[in-house]
Amino acid sequence: MADAPLAGQLTSHAAERADEQPLYVPRKKIYPQAVKGRFRTIKWIVLAVTLGIYYFLPFIRWDRGPHAPNQAILVDLPNHRFYFFFIEIWPQEVYYITGLLILAALTLFLMNAVAGRVWCGYLCPQTVWTDLFYAVERLIEGDRRERTKRAKEKAILEIVTLRILKHSIWLLIAWWTGGAWVLYFADAPTLVGQLLTFQAPAIAYIWIGILTFTTYTLAGFMREQVCTYMCPWPRIQAALTDEYALNVTYRYDRGEPRGSMKKNEALKKQGLPAGDCIDCDQCVAVCPTGVDIRKGLQLDCIQCGLCIDACNTVMAKIGRAPNLIAYDTDMNVQARIEGRPETRRIVRPRTILYAGLIVTVGAIMLVSLAMRHTTDLSVMHDRNPLFVRLSDGSIRNGFTIRVANKNLEERRYALEVEGLPDARLDVVGGQVDQAGRAVIVVGPDQTLEARALVTAGGKPPSSTGLRFTLTDTASGETAHAGDHFMAP
Amino acid sequence: MAHETQGPVDSVTGVATTGHSWDNIQELNNPLPRWWLWTFYATIVWAVAYCIAYPAWPLVSSYTTGVFGWHSREAIEADLASLKSQRAGMTAKLADTPLEQVAQDPELFAFARAQGKAAFGDNCAPCHGAGGAGAKGYPNLNDDDWLWGGTLAQIEQTIRYGARSTSDKGHQGSMPAFGRDGMLKRQDISQVADYVRSLSGLPVDRGADLAAGAKVFADNCAACHGDKGQGNQDLGAPNLTDQIWLFGSSKATIVEGLVNGRGGVMPTWHGRLDDTTIKALTLYVHSLGGGRPQ
Repeated sequence: MADAPLAGQLTSHAAERADEQPLYVPRKKIYPQAVKGRFRTIKWIVLAVTLGIYYFLPFIRWDRGPHAPNQAILVDLPNHRFYFFFIEIWPQEVYYITGLLILAALTLFLMNAVAGRVWCGYLCPQTVWTDLFYAVERLIEGDRRERTKRAKEKAILEIVTLRILKHSIWLLIAWWTGGAWVLYFADAPTLVGQLLTFQAPAIAYIWIGILTFTTYTLAGFMREQVCTYMCPWPRIQAALTDEYALNVTYRYDRGEPRGSMKKNEALKKQGLPAGDCIDCDQCVAVCPTGVDIRKGLQLDCIQCGLCIDACNTVMAKIGRAPNLIAYDTDMNVQARIEGRPETRRIVRPRTILYAGLIVTVGAIMLVSLAMRHTTDLSVMHDRNPLFVRLSDGSIRNGFTIRVANKNLEERRYALEVEGLPDARLDVVGGQVDQAGRAVIVVGPDQTLEARALVTAGGKPPSSTGLRFTLTDTASGETAHAGDHFMAP
Repeated sequence: MAHETQGPVDSVTGVATTGHSWDNIQELNNPLPRWWLWTFYATIVWAVAYCIAYPAWPLVSSYTTGVFGWHSREAIEADLASLKSQRAGMTAKLADTPLEQVAQDPELFAFARAQGKAAFGDNCAPCHGAGGAGAKGYPNLNDDDWLWGGTLAQIEQTIRYGARSTSDKGHQGSMPAFGRDGMLKRQDISQVADYVRSLSGLPVDRGADLAAGAKVFADNCAACHGDKGQGNQDLGAPNLTDQIWLFGSSKATIVEGLVNGRGGVMPTWHGRLDDTTIKALTLYVHSLGGGRPQ
């Protein structure tokens, strides 16, 4: 019903833009103006919280006992462990990371289905750091007006001194960004001490250098170009959004035809159509990506809502109703023009599907996390030789046994084998308990590799399935692994 | 960067042309991006500097050595030295620990086994096979039958000085060539071969005279292989009653051994491998599965 005119409206916007912009435009310098308002406040809070988490998380301690590090979040590469509060992940469990990535992607999809590119506007690291860098720039060099003025006047000395100050602070932030990153890979307080006394490992300095460079370049120089040209998300996003997703929308039904205060007042008096937009260009001035939102939803728009704040400030000043620009949908704009009621549907098949998938994946991860074993057993048959004939004519096979003890205390395991009648199992260099079972002792949070020999009685067939069972002698926890017994 | 003189502007793309035209096809003036060009120039500078800094150009009988005097051999030697110094602690510990006590320290035992496995691959695998499975005439080290003994001390002795080797401390003793040297007649050899096969329960030729064979055995073989053919590890004489045959158990193979004799050589490794490596090899071979307690 509403689709045809809506589609028409969107195409006309697209065509309008295509006419104005060639395929490649040389970069226009953007001097976004400071703005105050509801969404700006939200952005400040999000910035403070996310950066606070990023910079200080490594310093949170988490007591795991004497055999494990006490850092809440630690990627311990030398020892192949990943610690996340009460969770300890081993290399063979990286699928939890995959699960987290799936959850992150689905959350992004859900956010997108509900409120478009809201991720880009508030949470994306590129946005957050660029925002911080802009704040520093404004603090040092002044707001938009002062900067454009200075650029025009070419006040060289002033520009240079301010620039040096600005870049120094930028570099400091960039350096601390890289510094905080490496803290996730080693004991944070120790590493800070080492960094200060220049005794940290070279790799730490290299990574700090790399991340200082990328932060400085991406947030200081590339800025909106990352969003427009480098980031794949706006391009994928077009396929994931729909007409019900909230987007920063200029309500042209109310704003058009735009014109100056005086002109539009005059038009109104004559009973001619006149919009609320006074063409003050404040929405464009504050935009960190240099978008004119009045041209409709577009690729460069990160939907941070700063234009809403700017427009609302102006509307308040001239005594008009706020939200000429608001989080809305093109569909609603069209509906108002046609006199139909607005529709807002957050619950729809798309959002239900995403939310359902998030709950499902999350539940699977939680259940598997809660039920995961603290013992791992893997068995590998020796290939060279496949079997050995002993002096009494019996056949023996060698196996490499790997036992992983994920508990933080030493454990004793009994290893047994079934599948072959009268088979005997010996562990090279191992102990034997009172019941005659081979015993393997594995230290806390360790993997032990042992050599096990299985000797068959009689004349075994050329291949027999074997089942190895590892039992914790204290708790009775078991782990199993299958393999084969080979004979001539 | 010398650009072509700008020609007229192409109406379709809005890009200036270089003025070049072939069959009315115009060349657009789309210069390479500046960053690309600078990257390209940087690689040229890098390549030249690299050629100067490191050994690069072959000369008639030598090569340019580079300003740093860097040498791939020295780099490898430095790597090896650093590897050695990394392992120095464990190596010293292995050197100081008596053979019998190494297995009590799991970490040291694992180190010795890994070290031994590497040394085995380099030195022993050509004869005994990569997994120590042996071959005809080369003992399988995974089984429980030992010509010269399977305790740690005996294995170490065999590795260190070898058997029938150039070392006078090595094991001595060989199977005489009873046939070739005329000590036994053809018939005796056939009879004793049947008797030997019967010792380990193998079927014998029809009509074989086992009693005659037993007599030949008692007169000629028992001195080394024992009254009952149980073998003698001091002389490296194999146990003839078990299921393991170094050269094979067919009658033809046994006859061949009786006629021409046997005497496989295990080289001496003393002086070629250091003491710690021999220790590690001993522990590795012992742990393959056939090692005997003391």
